[in-house]
Amino acid sequence: MKKLIIAVTFGILCSATTLLSFNAVAAGPSIELDKANNDLSDKESLKKGFKTYINYCLGCHQLQYQRYNRTFTDLGIDEADGVANYMYTGEKTGDHILNSMPAKEAAAWFGSAPPDLTLEARLRSPDWIYTYLRSFYIDESRPFGVNNTVFKDVGMPHVLQGLQGVSTKDEHGKLSPAMGGSLTSEEYDVVVRDLTNFLEYVGEPNKLERKALGYWVLAFLFIFFIIAYFLKKEYWKDVH
Amino acid sequence: MLMKLATNFMGWVDKRLPVTDAWNKHLAQYPAPKNFNFWYFFGSLAMLVLVNQILTGIWLTMNYEPSGAGAFASVEYIMRDVDYGWLLRYMHSTGASAFFVVVYMHMMRGLMYGSYQKPRELLWIFGMLIFLVLMAEAFMGYLLPWGNMSYWGAQVIISLFGAVPIIGDDLTLWIRGDYVISGATLNRFFALHVIAMPLVLVVLVFLHILALHEVGSNNPEGIDIKKPKGSVKPEELSKFTFHKQYSGKYDIVDAVPFHPYYSVKDIMGVAFFLFLFCWVMFFAPEGGGYFMEAPNFTPANGLKTPEHIAPVWYFGPFYTILRVVPDKLLGAVAMFGAIVMLFALPWFDRGTVKSVRYRSKLHLVNLIQFAICFVVLGALGTMPATPTANLIGVIASFGYFGFFIALWFYSKNENTKPVPERIAD
Repeated sequence: MKKLIIAVTFGILCSATTLLSFNAVAAGPSIELDKANNDLSDKESLKKGFKTYINYCLGCHQLQYQRYNRTFTDLGIDEADGVANYMYTGEKTGDHILNSMPAKEAAAWFGSAPPDLTLEARLRSPDWIYTYLRSFYIDESRPFGVNNTVFKDVGMPHVLQGLQGVSTKDEHGKLSPAMGGSLTSEEYDVVVRDLTNFLEYVGEPNKLERKALGYWVLAFLFIFFIIAYFLKKEYWKDVH
Repeated sequence: MLMKLATNFMGWVDKRLPVTDAWNKHLAQYPAPKNFNFWYFFGSLAMLVLVNQILTGIWLTMNYEPSGAGAFASVEYIMRDVDYGWLLRYMHSTGASAFFVVVYMHMMRGLMYGSYQKPRELLWIFGMLIFLVLMAEAFMGYLLPWGNMSYWGAQVIISLFGAVPIIGDDLTLWIRGDYVISGATLNRFFALHVIAMPLVLVVLVFLHILALHEVGSNNPEGIDIKKPKGSVKPEELSKFTFHKQYSGKYDIVDAVPFHPYYSVKDIMGVAFFLFLFCWVMFFAPEGGGYFMEAPNFTPANGLKTPEHIAPVWYFGPFYTILRVVPDKLLGAVAMFGAIVMLFALPWFDRGTVKSVRYRSKLHLVNLIQFAICFVVLGALGTMPATPTANLIGVIASFGYFGFFIALWFYSKNENTKPVPERIAD
């Protein structure tokens, strides 16, 4: 029993240190990011995010590793509805989510070709996306008249300007709205949160399944460990 | 009826191949010291992880495409379109890190209890060869997802060979198969990663175990369980039956047959290990950016360098030693030297007492400082180089090499404690 306690304590210590160090490294670059607080299990939010993506982002940014029908299934969109409301350019439902922007010209237009965003949430984190889309400000020196506090001198225009409006940056780096868009600031945050949520989903479509399966596996291993422990004890009881 | 059939069948086989004999010699009648502790789980766990890597690797290969144009997309195909492909991939990627955790613990065990000392030098050498091949295997495997960190990590390590005088440039060209890292490099790394290295690895593991069973297992007390034949009173002998290979030559004390005693114990260790392993794999497969580095979620791009190129954590200690030396060639020499030191450990240690339990306080302190330096070097390897980090790295590097040098000096006439004859209950 003593050994079991030692082993369990050791295990907990190991995991605690590991988790602590994980959190420490996840911080990344020094920009303060706002918490997205998105919820992957919220299918309505994912659907709205998907819709926003199709309407505002897909023109430039492909999701070349993700298929339409997979997205429909995971988000609970039935296929007919999906074809009618999410697919505009005559693809098959099994196709990847692509656009027809020629990469070479795109690079000339924007300075560099707009990247694929399938894995953006894994590359930069959901919080980064959430903060980035809310951090554009007026900067006349830039080709599209806007700059971004999270991604300095980004080649992308403020595509969601019609929704958010535009902000100005004061000398302390603080952004304040200069001209409103069609949404209030709270409504805009919700739109961006849904979009972030969708991008986190697309980054790893199996994330929820992974965790759900994980609990079962851990529960099994816990029981298996107890059985193995008593089996070992039984065998070893007459070894002196 | 069925029993009889089985007996007859095994009789038929045994006449042609000594299967039952091998089973007894290496498992059911192999004498293992009865006092193995926590540190002795890691050998069997290393085997478990090796099997995991091989099996998941086979299934990954079925859907992976080793080409510059297709590799990255095929990994995402595995993650999305292959049934449970994500699980296979995470088992493999988490397994790679787990392999090094387990192997480092296994090596630490060897250091603590003097398992490298005479007569186990060759056993230790095989182990070190396994470690070396494992590093090559892991390094090549890390290029295969063809992410941007795969690319730049490989770029940094391969360019090290460029530091070799005269032939350096030709050597890197020969390794890459191209003037830059390209699909050609990826293809050869794939071949080496899935065929050459695993074959060598399996053969070395086989030899490692054969060599172990020839000299017998050490234990936390560092006391030999094989006594000269006839030196032990009959009532003192171990009550178990051991293979004549061992009991014929020696009097065996304080031992149990590996199977079933350590097989059931190792199963318990496996359950405990798998719990931690699955915890990471299911809930943090990226390992907080240590097991899968964020820049690897964007395809390899020779024109876009990641902000901070860090090798995977398990190369950290050696990478730091490389980095703290200002000269590239000398840095590479120091890095390889760090591994050579480990190889030569049995000859640095001139002592005869094995276990740290019966050695001097000085040895205990030396061992602890070595372990701390190793961890510090590892942590620094994953961080950006700053002057402070560099200074700490230099100190820890001295600690690393100092361990061996100091050992050589004090082990000759070390102030050790008396080692008991027998393992106490």
